[in-house]
Amino acid sequence: MKQPVIHPIVPPNAGGPAANTRLRALRSRIGRLFREMRKHKHAYALITPYFLIFGTFTVFPVLMSLCLSFTSFNMLEPPKWVGWSNYARLFVQDDVFLIALKNTLLFALITGPISYMACFLFAWLINELPPKLRALLTLILYAPSISGNTYLIWQTLFASDSYGYANSFLIKWGVIMEPIQWLQDPRFVLGILILVQLWLSLGTSFLAFIAGLQNVDRTLYEAGAIDGIRNRWQELWFITLPAMRPQLLFGAVIQITLAFSVAEISIYMIGFPSVDYAAHTIVTHLVDYGSIRYEMGYASAIATVLFTMMLCTNLLTRKLLGKVGE
Amino acid sequence: MNNRMNLNLRLKLSKRLNRSWAVDILLFLLLGSVAFFMAIPLIFTISNAFKPIDEIFVFPPRMLVRHPTLKNFTDLINIFSDSWVPFSRYVFNTFFIAITGTVGHVIVASAAAYPLAKINFPGSKMLFNLVVMSLMFTAYVTQVPNYMTISWLNLINTYWAILLPSLGMTLGLYLMKQFMEQIPDALLEAAKIDGASEYRIFWTIVMPIVKPAWLTLIIFSLQSLWTNGSVTSHKYIYSEQLKTVDYVFGQIASGGLVRTGPVAAVTLLMMIVPITVFIVTQSNIIQTMSTSGLKE
Repeated sequence: MKQPVIHPIVPPNAGGPAANTRLRALRSRIGRLFREMRKHKHAYALITPYFLIFGTFTVFPVLMSLCLSFTSFNMLEPPKWVGWSNYARLFVQDDVFLIALKNTLLFALITGPISYMACFLFAWLINELPPKLRALLTLILYAPSISGNTYLIWQTLFASDSYGYANSFLIKWGVIMEPIQWLQDPRFVLGILILVQLWLSLGTSFLAFIAGLQNVDRTLYEAGAIDGIRNRWQELWFITLPAMRPQLLFGAVIQITLAFSVAEISIYMIGFPSVDYAAHTIVTHLVDYGSIRYEMGYASAIATVLFTMMLCTNLLTRKLLGKVGE
Repeated sequence: MNNRMNLNLRLKLSKRLNRSWAVDILLFLLLGSVAFFMAIPLIFTISNAFKPIDEIFVFPPRMLVRHPTLKNFTDLINIFSDSWVPFSRYVFNTFFIAITGTVGHVIVASAAAYPLAKINFPGSKMLFNLVVMSLMFTAYVTQVPNYMTISWLNLINTYWAILLPSLGMTLGLYLMKQFMEQIPDALLEAAKIDGASEYRIFWTIVMPIVKPAWLTLIIFSLQSLWTNGSVTSHKYIYSEQLKTVDYVFGQIASGGLVRTGPVAAVTLLMMIVPITVFIVTQSNIIQTMSTSGLKE
């Protein structure tokens, strides 16, 4: 008996050459990747300790809370999947979130750029002083950030009775007749918050800029002077700023993070919740849901929205910083 | 020889190139007036620690002390003399955590920053972007997952619960990487041609050049371990022997109004170490690049 010949539906060679080359290309790409990786085994050895810890204590929790933002989670029962409903609720139902969003954007728009520039300006001014004097001045300018909650002295400055410094000064000079309730009046609260944040602004980026200015090759200035740079502003724009681009990027990320995640000052100085939600920010909103209402899923959704906002701002800033020194 | 002196002279002069006196004075007036406002908390903390109780509560508060006294400090010693765990144990814990954490973080973060900045290996861009992005995620919501990880790893109630996460802080890696980017490639190439391994290049060439960066990082790391100790320690640590000074001082403060004097003394004492470190590191931040001996 003859075995029937079974014809394969697709002849074995149809499209063969093309598929084969694709496969071969892929294989050689993977091969090259492996060779590259083996060539750089020292690099991997150097990064491994950091990235093991970073992965465990930073990446994993962040991924987990990204997942939690799609659930309803009260920290007692296991999380329940709810899809996009946290986000929908955030933008459609939650009026207070919209107030917080408005406050945060206004706050970030004012304090972000100003404090960023202040950090650089003061680092740059101090840079020309001799090391000892520079260290002392740096300490004084950094003092508000070094000592925990010193911003609370602003409370006595803006105390609501006529003994508060601001009130007694204004009454003495006849500007106002009766004390203003600075920290309770919705008209002033956000302004005071911005003022205090600016006072606190010479922090991390400021120190990074000071160190960065020391890292600029001094012979560049000499060369610049020969090339016809006439004053300190030209020197700043054409030499110092371009040479410091890595630090400027670093400072930008830090200032964006600080400007968008203000909460502590608002909670401890103005109060929580604040009158008419006048000092309510995205992060205070998050604290409200996270630690008072135990709605961790919702809080995670708020955090994710904030994260997205910061990422976009960061992309924009990078574009702007690319123009420096042109 | 003559040539070298000439160069030195020019370098000295170059500091004053392109400067006009009028603008100098204007800018330093600005600096002075801002410095005055910034100094307020420092002055306030120092003088508060020496104020007798009636001056602390006077309203409106006075900036400077009128009749300085050491009573706040002696009160503090009295409070500690009957504490259950010897005070020296808290001090040891604080120093141990701050020093180990800071040294560890600077080394671990710098080691990872060097390849990310200077070796173009597969995955370097992705890993770096991950670090920058994670810097922008609000730490508040990651607390719950973090607690779970630490308890899965059986680190609850050990020093490691505080130390390990602090070794992998994002800020340090980002800072170091940005500074290392500025090192000229030619310098590293030259070292490679001379037969130096990557580890050697990292330790003997890269680290000395970025000294300003890690001196700054020491401040950040120390500051966070020194003052945030109480936040983390009361989350992860419950045995009294492992707690830090900061935590104990928080307990004193919770004693209420009566303790206001000792608390003022404590606030001053807690600032001594960070400020000393600050001054030492800041006055050592001086130019390193021009002494690296490279002329392109």
